[in-house]
Amino acid sequence: MAQPEGLLYSKEHEWVKIDGDKATVGITDYAQDSLGDIVYVELPKVGKQVAQSAAVGVVESVKAVSDLFTPVGGEILEVNSALDNDPALVNREPFEGGWMFKVKLAGDSPTAGLLSAADYEKFTKEG
Amino acid sequence: MYTPHTKTDIAQMLQAIGVDSLDALLPVPDAVKLREKLEVVPALPESEIVRRFEELARENAGASFVSFLGAGSYRHYAPPAITALAMRGEFLTAYTPYQAEVSQGYLQAIYEWQTYICLLTGMDIANASVYDGATALAEAAIMAINANGRQKLLVSRAIHPNYRAVLKTYCNGLDVQIDELPVAPDGTTDLSELSRRVASKEYACVAIQSPNFFGVIDTPDSAAKAALKESGTVLVGVVAEALSLGALQTPAQWGAEIVVGEAQSFGVPVAYGGPYVGFIASTTEHLRRIPGRLAGKTVDANGREGYVLTLQAREQHIRRERATSNICTNQAHCALIATIYLALVGKTGLRDIAAANLRRARELAAAVSAIDGCSLQFTAPYFNEIVVDVHQPAKHVLEKLEQRGILGGVDLGRYYPEYADCILMAATEMTTTADIDKLAKALRESVHAPARV
Repeated sequence: MAQPEGLLYSKEHEWVKIDGDKATVGITDYAQDSLGDIVYVELPKVGKQVAQSAAVGVVESVKAVSDLFTPVGGEILEVNSALDNDPALVNREPFEGGWMFKVKLAGDSPTAGLLSAADYEKFTKEG
Repeated sequence: MYTPHTKTDIAQMLQAIGVDSLDALLPVPDAVKLREKLEVVPALPESEIVRRFEELARENAGASFVSFLGAGSYRHYAPPAITALAMRGEFLTAYTPYQAEVSQGYLQAIYEWQTYICLLTGMDIANASVYDGATALAEAAIMAINANGRQKLLVSRAIHPNYRAVLKTYCNGLDVQIDELPVAPDGTTDLSELSRRVASKEYACVAIQSPNFFGVIDTPDSAAKAALKESGTVLVGVVAEALSLGALQTPAQWGAEIVVGEAQSFGVPVAYGGPYVGFIASTTEHLRRIPGRLAGKTVDANGREGYVLTLQAREQHIRRERATSNICTNQAHCALIATIYLALVGKTGLRDIAAANLRRARELAAAVSAIDGCSLQFTAPYFNEIVVDVHQPAKHVLEKLEQRGILGGVDLGRYYPEYADCILMAATEMTTTADIDKLAKALRESVHAPARV
């Protein structure tokens, strides 16, 4: 499983890329592989205020439906509309084209509790 | 088949889990236990049971009456081929055929039902059916609530009262408020307040029935449609008499995003309380919110056509805690009957039958309104039902008609106190000119007789 360095990871299997006060969120390679073929992604509404760890959407694969959590709190800035027509992008490119939404970070320590690539790898292996 | 457990079975099961008795496993409080002996007749031999049932059936005089009953349940001709096909052993199962994909025949039938419902309503998708029109309406309201996150419903008072009652039951547990749109003097839904009300963006949906409970063709005007669109309110179209779709505009044409209704008219016999068969159809936008099951068509690895239950991941048996509906089955056999009916009558046949209903209703309206003491309550165009004002309590007139072998219709006062002098009368292709003559004669004698107090 790919675990790119420089990203932060949640125990709910999302990744976060921080860029100043903005964060891009997607689900990890491990998550997409466990879910199988993804057929539908329901993303949050732009402008919505979300709290860290809140359920903000749904990821549906041929065999399961999972909640999509946000690993960081703030305001939803943008969602990846490419997933409407091609949800399988999440399977093919979980860390690039398959990103899900962007958040304008809010709060004092918006990335509290998130894991490094190495720690996340350890977490999935223990899991 | 129902296989009851024997005393030995129960004893073995209790022993396996280490419990002494059923009472110890499932203690029932003494206060709710029945003490007296049930008054049931002793066991009878089969031949005597058959004789007893035949006697009871003879007391059911309904068949010998001339009937003008409708109100959401309609007498239509059902070709005998329906019974011959629908009663085949392959189709006669009380349960979902598991593994579903093994039951290709049934899945194909469901797929065809969905296709017919889409063709009739003008919608993109339909599910495999739900229990009845009332349940379908309640499920549609939940779809709308989930679509825009609003907690209020605006419902026409001209929707079938039983449908509104079921909707109310569903909404009880959901903390959803139901407001009603009143009935206008011509029998349509009064839309004068609609624009103002939906502008608040508090309403998840507006539900309108056409033909409505009074038989009146009741579709929103363009101002109402524009107001609904502007406010993001879902228009739910309700069709209690599906045969009307053979003659009238589709709900898609009058702007509905979700269409629900009752398909009993398509070959399912009139029964006192059911079974009925409800349909739900919608635009693709609501694909993942439509409850229940959907059959889809695909090809297998060898390119052969096959049918599958699809979109199951959004259904409650997988997504339990997040499911938005508790509907986990469908009315497969009744939907099969309706599908066979539609296949048998075909497109032009359905149009002809609908036209015959319209003609009969006009004939009925003309005959009744010619009677001194009877008048039509509403002026708007109707499909196959009319509301007749008899200018005295409707139930007295209905009693007199019944004495003359006529079930004259439904006493509207049962549902609408303001129409206590009104009878809802239905005519279908089963209504003959002789029936209408008989009713007119009896009405002439009944409405002129002094009313009993």
